[in-house]
Amino acid sequence: MSEPPGVAGTPIRVLVAKPGLDGHDRGAKVVARALRDAGMEVIYTGIRQTPEMIAEAAVHEDVDVVGLSILSGAHLELFPRVTQLLKEKGKDDVLLVAGGIIPDEDIPQLNAMGFRGVFGPGTNTHDLVKFVQEEMAKRRKNA
Amino acid sequence: MPNAECQMLNAIPTSTVQSPVSNSNADLVAQIRRGEPLAIARAITRVERGGAAAQELIRALFAFTGHAHIVGITGAPGTGKSTLVNALAKEYRARGKRVAIIAVDPTSPFSGGALLGDRLRMQDLAGTGIFIRSMATRGQLGGLAAAVADALLVLDAAGFEIILVETVGAGQGEVDIARHAHTTIVVEAPGLGDDIQAIKAGILEIADVLVVNKADRDGANAAVAALEMNLNLNPDKTAWRPPVLKTIALASEGVSQVADAIEQHAAYLTNNSLRAKKERARFDDGLRELLQRELLERALRKLPPSRWEELLGQITQRQRDPYSIADEILEAQV
Repeated sequence: MSEPPGVAGTPIRVLVAKPGLDGHDRGAKVVARALRDAGMEVIYTGIRQTPEMIAEAAVHEDVDVVGLSILSGAHLELFPRVTQLLKEKGKDDVLLVAGGIIPDEDIPQLNAMGFRGVFGPGTNTHDLVKFVQEEMAKRRKNA
Repeated sequence: MPNAECQMLNAIPTSTVQSPVSNSNADLVAQIRRGEPLAIARAITRVERGGAAAQELIRALFAFTGHAHIVGITGAPGTGKSTLVNALAKEYRARGKRVAIIAVDPTSPFSGGALLGDRLRMQDLAGTGIFIRSMATRGQLGGLAAAVADALLVLDAAGFEIILVETVGAGQGEVDIARHAHTTIVVEAPGLGDDIQAIKAGILEIADVLVVNKADRDGANAAVAALEMNLNLNPDKTAWRPPVLKTIALASEGVSQVADAIEQHAAYLTNNSLRAKKERARFDDGLRELLQRELLERALRKLPPSRWEELLGQITQRQRDPYSIADEILEAQV
């Protein structure tokens, strides 16, 4: 047991953010609520976040997971900017999850950027919660 | 990609790569003292988790604390605490102060989860060097998280001059913030209650500064009058009289006066040797809580879970009473 005491029982901390200029945050709010109900601490920062704001919030809040939701189609431009900034700030150990309107053909590119999960419209929140819990369980075990 | 999004991308300054946060306590302390956000954030996570690692860190940091002015902001849900904190932080920034914010929101007693949404109202502060941390109460009553006391020490040691602590949306009895803050601001909004609400015991008694926010709404002057009337009833005319200030935090109106009032209160504390008294009260409570927790942990550590179950059984079957069992456990410690 090399883990500090209490780590296993520490809530998973998730940043839910919307980069880009679209103002549709219903999906992000549904996700935030589902993660909250699954016992996670969700930091919700709302719409029109710049990559810089997202990376700064991820650092300050010391989150385990960063979830980005976007519907404007700018994901291939904005998401790499977020991952680059996280790396520069030394916060690239987070689990990256993406959601929103993302064409299937873009998913391999997002995976290559480090996004472990990509969840589109119609996703059952139960599947998302399970994904985050399982990924985090693996990470905490290996930590 | 729309043009505006391209512009947004281009506007972002590229920063230098941060050094990784060290696991060694001495290195972490040095990084915190240099004000590195990543190290400060990890340190707060560590004190939230508690245990030996947290204790070791606080021991190493404690000598560097005692310089920050801690300002508590409390009040009912929806009075505009987060928006006021946002505006106040901007005001202090303009005055050249180093500012940090702790924003507390409640943990669900049902799921253990929390939605921490205060940061949503603090968007203006991104990229300004202001450190913002959201904390969940994690079962603590009284309007704060248990780890707030230690998180304050981390931020104090990191050299922040002003630390703003926003409580959960408080009812009438959540007054814990007054033990941690040097200056406590109670935020009200028009239309929340009559003059009887103003003379009840509880949250209004802890105010060093009273703010009626959303002052562009009907009833703002009546709210100010009710609060002033209550203050007139205070028999001690020599004590600090909390100023009652009107703000429209969303437009930053009246916020400069709030910052002035905090400064006046800080000066009042210093001039009357009250800051030391406040600090004493803060650590008096803190030390008692610490002892409670430590004694409980030590008592339980020596007690096998099976024995605990057995003792509980004896209570529920009315064979023995809780007091004598507690006595037995405590005596076994010595």
